Amino acid sequence: MRPPALPRALLLVGLALTPALTSTAAPPAVPAVPDAAHFDYRLDPREIAPGVHVFVGLREDFTPANGGNIVNTGFLVGTDGVIVIDTGPSRRYGEQMLAAIRRVTALPVVLTINTHHHPDHFLGNQAFPAATLAALPETLRGIQKDGEAFNENLYRMSGDWMKGTERVTPAQALAPGRRSVGGRDIEIVALDGHTPADLVVVDHATGTVFAGDLLFHDRAATTPHANLAHWLAALDRLETIPVKRWVPGHGDPAGDDAPIRQTRSYLEWLAATMRDGAESGLDMTEMLARPIPQRFHGLAEVEREYRRSVVHLYPAEEQAVLEKARAR
Amino acid sequence: MRSSTLIVLAMFWLYPLTEAPAAPPAVATADEAVAADPLDSARWGDMVKTFFPNKRVVFDARVKVAAPAIAEDSLNVPVSVDASALPGVEEVLVFADFNPILAVLRFEPKKARPALGFRLKLQQSSPVRAAARTADGVWHVGGTWITATGGGCTAPSTGSGSPEWQERLNEVSGRIFPRIDGGERLRMRVIHPMDTGLAPGIPVFHIEELTLSDESGAELMHIRAYEPVSENPLFTIDMPGGAAAGKRIRAQGRDNNGNRIDAWVTQ
Repeated sequence: MRPPALPRALLLVGLALTPALTSTAAPPAVPAVPDAAHFDYRLDPREIAPGVHVFVGLREDFTPANGGNIVNTGFLVGTDGVIVIDTGPSRRYGEQMLAAIRRVTALPVVLTINTHHHPDHFLGNQAFPAATLAALPETLRGIQKDGEAFNENLYRMSGDWMKGTERVTPAQALAPGRRSVGGRDIEIVALDGHTPADLVVVDHATGTVFAGDLLFHDRAATTPHANLAHWLAALDRLETIPVKRWVPGHGDPAGDDAPIRQTRSYLEWLAATMRDGAESGLDMTEMLARPIPQRFHGLAEVEREYRRSVVHLYPAEEQAVLEKARAR
Repeated sequence: MRSSTLIVLAMFWLYPLTEAPAAPPAVATADEAVAADPLDSARWGDMVKTFFPNKRVVFDARVKVAAPAIAEDSLNVPVSVDASALPGVEEVLVFADFNPILAVLRFEPKKARPALGFRLKLQQSSPVRAAARTADGVWHVGGTWITATGGGCTAPSTGSGSPEWQERLNEVSGRIFPRIDGGERLRMRVIHPMDTGLAPGIPVFHIEELTLSDESGAELMHIRAYEPVSENPLFTIDMPGGAAAGKRIRAQGRDNNGNRIDAWVTQ
């Protein structure tokens, strides 16, 4: 990545202004509903801190009505370039995202990050310069291995919004660490748990953390490739980052640690429920029928996600219980 | 066993996940069978010809099939059938109308309850039905639709081609859990690829027979499994109080290549 091009004095001025500007972070707004008749996602970036823009998605599952606009993506505007964080669920989304970025800045896109290998985070890659696409090594492998199947599945779930969408695997493998990109002081943190590789972007100037799908806010976490123990450890690690605001993968950005608390509480309950069910000898259909505690009813999609999670997570738990019995 | 565990088991007995539509039991002849199907499947007439030629068939809400409405994983769709509300069940057949291999499994409950939990592979969205035969020869049918993106039957197993899995072929792990009603629950898993023969280049290879018996040698349940049962089958079987003599249950069986299964499961 290129070093910052602006004179040092200007940078210092910029930093001095930062505290005043951050207090003007936009209040939460309801994301615009996509216009399915015209395949218009109606993407409107929210500037939550100076140079930090987020496209906030709906707290829903993929449907032909929302076209997959259920994910948060974003971009950071530096002094001489733009960093894009996730590219959305389709080619159209990526193209409309880039057009929206262009309404904010004419600076070139210098880095396009896929935080992990789930389709709503990388299927807009076609819209961005191929040389700027980058992800953690394990994410590159995941996109290479599962990308086509994910793409086909989203055609089924989102319909014609997906037209022309093809999987593009980033060429660039990202290593963790702090660096200046496009004149923006960022840090790449490599974690895992939601998937085998979950990349977190810290924007040091504003204390903003793009946590990818390690965080869900007012929306139930998804677990198709999750390792709950690793995920909870990743949340411990996130809590050590000094930060002013969080951008979760799904749900509103937050100025407090609500996304961490919510995600941790739900995952801990999920892990305990799987363990207890297996120890009690419950069949998977009985696990599917278990009621969800009142305290999680505010999480969007929790009924559906809990049942998906049983199918993802329960087999390993029950196998462990049965294998343990065998070893006695 | 902790009391909380027993309570939970009891709760689920009372509140099954999804029950078969509450259609009044109605005798269907071959001619009126298609119109009578509460699941409105275009394949029902063929199911009658295949499985119940010249037999009496009734739709009966007492035969319950619990399964998720949408299959998250077409290779492992959890299903529980329960015909225990129906007296005198001698045999239960499970089948899926739209699977390339229709029959999933059969079981004779013997001393166990006429109920079984397992997982199956679905090739596409399909009704999954349980038909329970009573002593009078009548088949009582219940079922539910399961939506699946599919491919479950034509995918190769994880185990086909893996030497590590071949070494553990037919290995049994399991445990006996107490039930609040004084009975017992057996959960057991057998390592087996359960290859359907529909994946290119991989021959059919699946468990055919599994007999569960108590320490006195009395049979608790006899299961005939077919290709659509999921890889590494996991069965949940419930016994009424006092049905099983002793503290252990013996699982004996074989696959279609003659490889034997023989193991004791304990509490």
